[in-house]
Amino acid sequence: MEHFLNLGIRSIFLENMALAYFLGICSFLACSRKVETAIGLGVAVVFVQTLTVPLNNLMLRYLLGEGSLSWISPALASVNLSFLSFILFIGTIAAAVQIVEMTVDRYAPALYNTLGVFLPLIAVNCVILGGSLFMQERDYSLAESVVFGLGSGTGFAIAIIALAAIRERMVYSDVPAGLRGLGITFITAGLMSLAFMMFSGIQL
Amino acid sequence: MSAALPLGAQERGILSEPIFNNNPIGVQVLGICSALAVTTRLDKAIVLGLGVIAVLVLASLAVSLVRNHTPPTIRIIVQLSIVASLVIVFDQVLKATLYEISLELSVFVGLIITNCIVLGRTEGFAMQNGPWRSVLDALGNGIGFALVLVLVALIRELLGAGKVFGFTVLPLDKDGGWYVSNGLMLLAPSALFIIGLLVWALRTWKPQLQEKD
Repeated sequence: MEHFLNLGIRSIFLENMALAYFLGICSFLACSRKVETAIGLGVAVVFVQTLTVPLNNLMLRYLLGEGSLSWISPALASVNLSFLSFILFIGTIAAAVQIVEMTVDRYAPALYNTLGVFLPLIAVNCVILGGSLFMQERDYSLAESVVFGLGSGTGFAIAIIALAAIRERMVYSDVPAGLRGLGITFITAGLMSLAFMMFSGIQL
Repeated sequence: MSAALPLGAQERGILSEPIFNNNPIGVQVLGICSALAVTTRLDKAIVLGLGVIAVLVLASLAVSLVRNHTPPTIRIIVQLSIVASLVIVFDQVLKATLYEISLELSVFVGLIITNCIVLGRTEGFAMQNGPWRSVLDALGNGIGFALVLVLVALIRELLGAGKVFGFTVLPLDKDGGWYVSNGLMLLAPSALFIIGLLVWALRTWKPQLQEKD
């Protein structure tokens, strides 16, 4: 239990996808003008991330990894297809996003109106693919990948909502002309990243 | 396409425009995702930059060649699978030739797939233009991207470790030299600060890029 809590905290704060690994920085900067948009994107990322990381974990376990095909026939035990992981991961993610989009549209139209625009964007968001690739590299188990998916998604959501809130206040400040918009957003993200570093060393 | 590949004023514009005036990182805010984490050392940045250029050029060429046979409804899937296949090839080549660097780049090679520049250029340019122009456009954007990457890596490695390509340029004080290294440069926030300052410099130099907001 403690192990999972630690993993969760590490993936939310220490190894924050946006602020420590710069993943999903494109949408991090583009969708953080307003808090509402940021919340929409954040929730969508948490949702999709929690779904796709364990899904890709299963893919890796039963289709791609070394010896993972032995459940079909023992003769396939020596097959290692893990070099195909990139294309399979992105396929799984695209399919999962499509299914989520259709399900949400059918059963929760109100939620669809909030999340709808972001879901297709998310299919090519670096956070989502990055989460699955980290899962592969660190060799997480199925349970660990659920925690990691939830944690890394939440970390990204916290970061983007906080950045959006700061940017809304920034309207009132006098920023030098050349730094306005993109430039000051980078500097702000840098300061946030610096602030998040204070979490390093925390362990339960 | 004519017999000799034309490189008139328009083609030169396609090639040079994205390097400065319309730089993918500095102006369009694309493709920073996977890039910044590898800028702690110059050699990693150069390898990733070359990888992005290679994947971008080949993907643009391939997408442009099949653009008239691709139904619009499945074009994203087609583009993604082309890009993903190319990235797998690049990853395998990297593992076979530069194994140590491929370990350090870890997940960031795979993340070239979701690099916004690649899909942005195939979707935004190669789907509407012929192969030769698409290659030029991809080359220009790739070079513009790699240039920023290398610049950030140069600043971080030089100020953070006093080295360039692993060779000592500024002798560190702890080794008896005079330079006190700036540890912040090796940590994540510095990359964001450097890009922010680069954007500031670029927009002061070219005021037409400034935002109104």
